[in-house]
Amino acid sequence: MTEFLQQLINGLALGSILALIALGYTMVYGILRFINFAHGDVFMLGAFAGFYLAPKVATFVPLPSVAGALVVFGLAMAVCAALGVLIERLAYRPLRQRPKLAVLITAIGVSLLLEYSGQFCFGAANKKFPDLLPAWPVAKVLGLSVNSNQLIVLAVTGLLLFALRFIVLKTRMGRAMRAVSFNPEAAALMGVNPDAVISFTFALGSALAAAAGILYAVSYPSIDPLMGVMPGLKAFVAAVLGGIGNLPGAALGGVIIGVTETLVSGYLSSTYRDAIAFAILIVILLVKPSGLLGRKEVEKV
Amino acid sequence: MNIWRGQFIPLAALAAGCLLTGCNPSSPGTDAGSAVIKVGEYGSLTGSEATFGQSTHKGIQQAVDEINAGGGVLGKKIELHTEDDQSQAGQAATVVRKLISSDGVAAVLGEVASSRSLEAAPICQQAGIPMITPSSTNPKVTEVGDCIFRVCFIDPFQGTVMANFATKTLQARTAAVLTDVKSDYSLGLAKFFKQQFTASGGTIVAEEKYSGGDKDFNAQLTAIKAAGPQVVFVPGYYTEAGLIALQARQLGVTGPLLGGDGWESSTLIPVGGAALEGDSFSTHFSADDTSPAVQGFLQTFKQRYHETPDAMAPLGYDAMMLLADAIRRAGSTDAAKVRAALAATKDFHGVTGNITIDPNRNASKSAVILTITNGRLQYVQTVAP
Amino acid sequence: MNVRHAKTALLGALGLSLLVHLLAHFINPYWLYILYDIGINIILAVSLNLINGYTGQFSLGHAGFMAVGAYTAAVITNQFGQLGAFAAGGVFLGALLAGGLLAAVAGLLVGIPTLRLKGDYLAIVTLGFGEIIRVILQNLDQVGGARGYSVLHNWTNFFWTFGLAAVTVYVIAALVNSTYGRGFIAVHDDEIAAEAVGLNPTKYKVSAFVIGAFFAGLAGGLYAHSKQYLTPGGFGFMQSIAFVVMVILGGMGNTIGVVLAAILLTLLPEGLRALAGVPQLPGVARPFPLSWIGDTRMMIYSLLLIVLMLTRPQGLFNFKKRPH
Repeated sequence: MTEFLQQLINGLALGSILALIALGYTMVYGILRFINFAHGDVFMLGAFAGFYLAPKVATFVPLPSVAGALVVFGLAMAVCAALGVLIERLAYRPLRQRPKLAVLITAIGVSLLLEYSGQFCFGAANKKFPDLLPAWPVAKVLGLSVNSNQLIVLAVTGLLLFALRFIVLKTRMGRAMRAVSFNPEAAALMGVNPDAVISFTFALGSALAAAAGILYAVSYPSIDPLMGVMPGLKAFVAAVLGGIGNLPGAALGGVIIGVTETLVSGYLSSTYRDAIAFAILIVILLVKPSGLLGRKEVEKV
Repeated sequence: MNIWRGQFIPLAALAAGCLLTGCNPSSPGTDAGSAVIKVGEYGSLTGSEATFGQSTHKGIQQAVDEINAGGGVLGKKIELHTEDDQSQAGQAATVVRKLISSDGVAAVLGEVASSRSLEAAPICQQAGIPMITPSSTNPKVTEVGDCIFRVCFIDPFQGTVMANFATKTLQARTAAVLTDVKSDYSLGLAKFFKQQFTASGGTIVAEEKYSGGDKDFNAQLTAIKAAGPQVVFVPGYYTEAGLIALQARQLGVTGPLLGGDGWESSTLIPVGGAALEGDSFSTHFSADDTSPAVQGFLQTFKQRYHETPDAMAPLGYDAMMLLADAIRRAGSTDAAKVRAALAATKDFHGVTGNITIDPNRNASKSAVILTITNGRLQYVQTVAP
Repeated sequence: MNVRHAKTALLGALGLSLLVHLLAHFINPYWLYILYDIGINIILAVSLNLINGYTGQFSLGHAGFMAVGAYTAAVITNQFGQLGAFAAGGVFLGALLAGGLLAAVAGLLVGIPTLRLKGDYLAIVTLGFGEIIRVILQNLDQVGGARGYSVLHNWTNFFWTFGLAAVTVYVIAALVNSTYGRGFIAVHDDEIAAEAVGLNPTKYKVSAFVIGAFFAGLAGGLYAHSKQYLTPGGFGFMQSIAFVVMVILGGMGNTIGVVLAAILLTLLPEGLRALAGVPQLPGVARPFPLSWIGDTRMMIYSLLLIVLMLTRPQGLFNFKKRPH
């Protein structure tokens, strides 16, 4: 039983990070109906932004500390938000009227560019991510080990989800986002500027990916330019699982994938770990393509 | 437009083109009047295994520069032709063919990944060009033919070394093994560790797997913890070893972690930190080794590249140095003579140990076991073959 | 379409392939094997073009079919390859066909579940299937798993590669231009309308996968006997992307364009390699721009991909105006 609970905690922590990345995918899909392949690499860049910013931040705010961590967090999120907007402007906006396949290929191109540039600029070797937070003792409760990182991941994810929900439901921009995702033409007719909304969506999604990147790097302090590939793919599966375009769905999907992967890996066989996410994807697309919480889209003739 | 003509023309053009560009492969190594000795290197300088390929390249380049600064070999400078196989299967064959047939190299150095060495070895063997792999540990590589050599341990030896360390020095009766299924190095090492460990009377209580590049091992380590082994063998690369140690201690896995030379890197202890305390791994040399060769190599490396080397760089260095030594002994760059000189190598003083090439063309040399104590690598023992 | 011309062209191509093969030992082995790569890539690109270009199913898992064909053919020739010189040709052809058939079965397994999916979803699912095939091979110890599998016989040669490339182009182009084959394009253009005129989109979509996979399997078998060493990692997502780029570059649904794109994209890395490979003169630092190419080669490749999609998404060699 202890082992099971331990695995559950492991899975929840992993799933929370996947959820943060999945949110970015689902938001962009909701507005543009397009999968941003490069999202996983923005996650990676968030971690590297943290890596390079931390020593600079440490000169005026002591690290490791909560305040310092927050500063690094905020800065990395800002950097990636700007990057997301830039990518959208340069690579995706010109193709908005083109067939979906063209944008998809471009997204793949951007993803590859980010990965190889990362290897070129940062070097291919893995780097130790600096300690942002003071090391708190591992809590041993009922034979379970919950380390501070896992708690922080869960807490921060929860906070960010709450903040996101607030933005989407209670702010004007959030309402504009929902309008554009429902019906872009009608939204434009009502005076919503689609370009502004799209840029904002990318900024928001990228900021969340950066947050996920830093949380990931804090939990697993070894970063490398290719670290975003698998988490990116798994997060995408999570978004589809929950119903792409659906925010709570993405969060739910992330947690399910994290927990399932951990449990199968721990109890059945760790060999097929990579394939589990894809197997889940195939099953859900066959059984309920609109996802667990998604609406069924009617095809008009 | 007649689309059938469209297929014919490029095909015909290609045929004509290749007949025109085709020429007999240039005679390898050097023409009599050439002022350089061409040596080929192939490795993964980009892609998922770039960190290992780049490291090897740094070692080889340092050796080439030192040799040339000292006047070269047989009065000629070494000209290094480096080709990138991008960590991709299929590329190794292409670039090695280029090195041999287009560039006309005298010998080939490479690769780290046994699978890519196995791709290239038959080509070198067929062409009669000697190939030295710095760090491929799959025994099959040198079995390809008598032109293929290596300067590192093979899996049977290293796996046995750590198994014996576990049973004899650490007195362990039970062990768990955590293998990287994406790496042939890891699989090979794990296989021979298990063999020797069980042959010595031990029991493997858990076998878990991960993929190189993973960062989260909590699932596997939780399962290992439940099995309660006295030691955990982690025959993977430093890219994961540090994280594995961290997570293992966080989950409450007691008992030392053991590894192979894949652990050797300057990022191991920074990432793993205090979690690595008491863990051990086998490798080629200890930085505490006071021999001038080792210290000289380490200092020059730090000066050139501003970092401490992992295990690949000194192996690359030794591969190049051994090649140069063999050419000197052979008195020429003729492939057959160099091959014979390599096969006859006895007691070559490399920075990774005293290398003697055995009848299977593998390096017979001692392994060194290091334990991480107080955040530093501490020399424990040497194991002779 | 002039059928007689087509058949003559095919026979001509086969004859030329045989001729070049007989003269092969005059060619530098490095370039000879590049030519084999070109032939193999032509088969892969043209077969993928059937799925992606003509039928509009966005498949990102083509390397998985190639892997099935490669391993199957390799296992067969390793087992049965010892039967003397004349039988060798037969065994090779048999092994290739077996690889193709097994790959076709894989195509069936992928094509059927994905029927209802479109665009992005389909892309990801096919990617997933490709990865699943890779993971299965990685764990299949009988073929070496991640340690790899050695192929004993070096039987791929110019005749086989270009001969089969010519056959592939002929078959697929003939198929698409036939009355039956028009169905592929119809399903691509407007599935509902196609259904309305009595075509069965299911049949076409699945056929596209099965036929495309068959040829990919053939190409895989040729690849196996050229490189002589197989690892599951060599058939992953990156490989599939490379083939997709060939199809996009050539212009989806444009056979000659795709052939030209395959040739160009196989030669391009070698060209860059030749540029970057100016020998280092002892004591003289490498000229800055040339060494730069080696390090940034993959960055340039991805940048080119983006620029291509931004400026000419219909492909470099597409001179027809086919509305998508």
